[in-house]
Amino acid sequence: MIITKSKPKEAVLRSLEDHERVFIVGCGTCATLCQTGGEEQVNEMANILGKKACGKVVVETPCDIRILRRDLSSHSNIIAASDAILALCCGSGAQAIGEFTDKIVIPGLDTLFVGETERIGRFYERCRACGECIIHETGGICPIVRCAKGLLNGPCGGMANGKCEAGGHVRDCAWVLIYKRLEGQGMVEKFKEIRKVRDRSKKAEPQELKTR
Amino acid sequence: MRRAYSDFMKALNDGKFVFTGEIEPKKTTKLEGIIEAAKVLKNHVVACNVTDNPRARAYLSSLVASYVIQRDVGLETICHITVRDRNRLALISDLLGASALGIKNVLVISGDHTTGGDNPGAMPVYDLDSTQFVQMVRGMVDKGIDLNGNPIDGMVKLHVGVVGNPNADPLEVELCKVERKIDAGAEFIQTQIVFDVEKAKRFVKELNSSVPVLIGIFPCKSHRIAEFIANKIPGISVPKEYIEGLKSAGASGNGSEIINKIDMVNVEYFSTLIKELRRTTKTAGIHIMTMGYESIVGKITDRALDGTSR
Repeated sequence: MIITKSKPKEAVLRSLEDHERVFIVGCGTCATLCQTGGEEQVNEMANILGKKACGKVVVETPCDIRILRRDLSSHSNIIAASDAILALCCGSGAQAIGEFTDKIVIPGLDTLFVGETERIGRFYERCRACGECIIHETGGICPIVRCAKGLLNGPCGGMANGKCEAGGHVRDCAWVLIYKRLEGQGMVEKFKEIRKVRDRSKKAEPQELKTR
Repeated sequence: MRRAYSDFMKALNDGKFVFTGEIEPKKTTKLEGIIEAAKVLKNHVVACNVTDNPRARAYLSSLVASYVIQRDVGLETICHITVRDRNRLALISDLLGASALGIKNVLVISGDHTTGGDNPGAMPVYDLDSTQFVQMVRGMVDKGIDLNGNPIDGMVKLHVGVVGNPNADPLEVELCKVERKIDAGAEFIQTQIVFDVEKAKRFVKELNSSVPVLIGIFPCKSHRIAEFIANKIPGISVPKEYIEGLKSAGASGNGSEIINKIDMVNVEYFSTLIKELRRTTKTAGIHIMTMGYESIVGKITDRALDGTSR
């Protein structure tokens, strides 16, 4: 899931200062689960904006142009007459809205990470979308995202008592977690292997996937 | 055994017990401080490490400082290079530059995380990790190629070392990591500072390294520094008797008397530790970190070698 966080209300209002008619678009998937762009947050934002809010809708998945077309079709006249769209969804959704409507898009959320949900309000980054998954070598734990330095051959010298130096020895060191997991699985030999340098060119340009 | 380009590696290869010192360039354009420190160390150590933005603080370049120390003082250096601040292009570039300037030893450091440094908004790089850095140096030195196989004009005459931490808990994870770096081609190991001789002995024995291990020590100029390390640096234990010795040494007397007594505590404590390591383990040498207390180095090395040969 894409984890998002609401921008401070004052910051959103400042971004909307020059716009008279604002249409609000929420997200029925990730932002709803994060409680940042669901029905409740869209309604709350409409109340805050008052007369400025000319319309609102929660699109099932605003990052999908097909769904966007479907869910915005009944609002096309209001959107056409609006000055800007306030997007309560991730950056991918916000850009899709801009691309589809050709309107000024104001992001109401900050997109944080690809995450795992423990419960509502507790999300943990678990994937950096690096394009080269190796968690079968690391006990199912991703060192790219869970090691603060993204090391492939950790731990670093900052590990103390199994904790990570980044953030002041509070979080578990990913490489100690990896060692313990592999040890439990009888695969410590995997830990000892040298993992080679990454080909960063895979992520050096905007990514596209065209399979058909 | 690989060919030794440096006096440091020659001494290790000859089986001599080796001392190294450490100099930390600061946020300055002045070179006098590092030159003076190097002069104090010169007759007591084979080489001195030169730190690279320690604790993620942006300081005068380790490469420049290393070059100046070698040129102006004639003391061989072990130039630290962190993978935190440079991608592979910059690392290759600095290694070529180091070799061209006559620097013969480098120590790769992951580097303390940027968020704890003096420019916490910086982007941490970590394009390579320290193990991969060692592999890259091996290609450059042994095969004359860079990381992507591109040929290098001229020989790269460098020795690459890595860091180990005898204080690490769990130690078995640290040992696996250091073994990986040795497998990658590291030629020597210098360790994090140790006060507890038993931790140093356990590290050397359990690692049973095929390459020389230099144990790191840090003589403290006051009991407050020792207490700070004990209380604020996670994982490093400082024996109470050492702290108490420093405390009572600093309790009375005038300035120079106190300095002499503090020196005596350090000389006694660390020479005993060094002799114990030499007697019971295959420790190849001692890396002495001082941070401004360079005057203690010769006193410790003299006492530690008292009655023995280097």
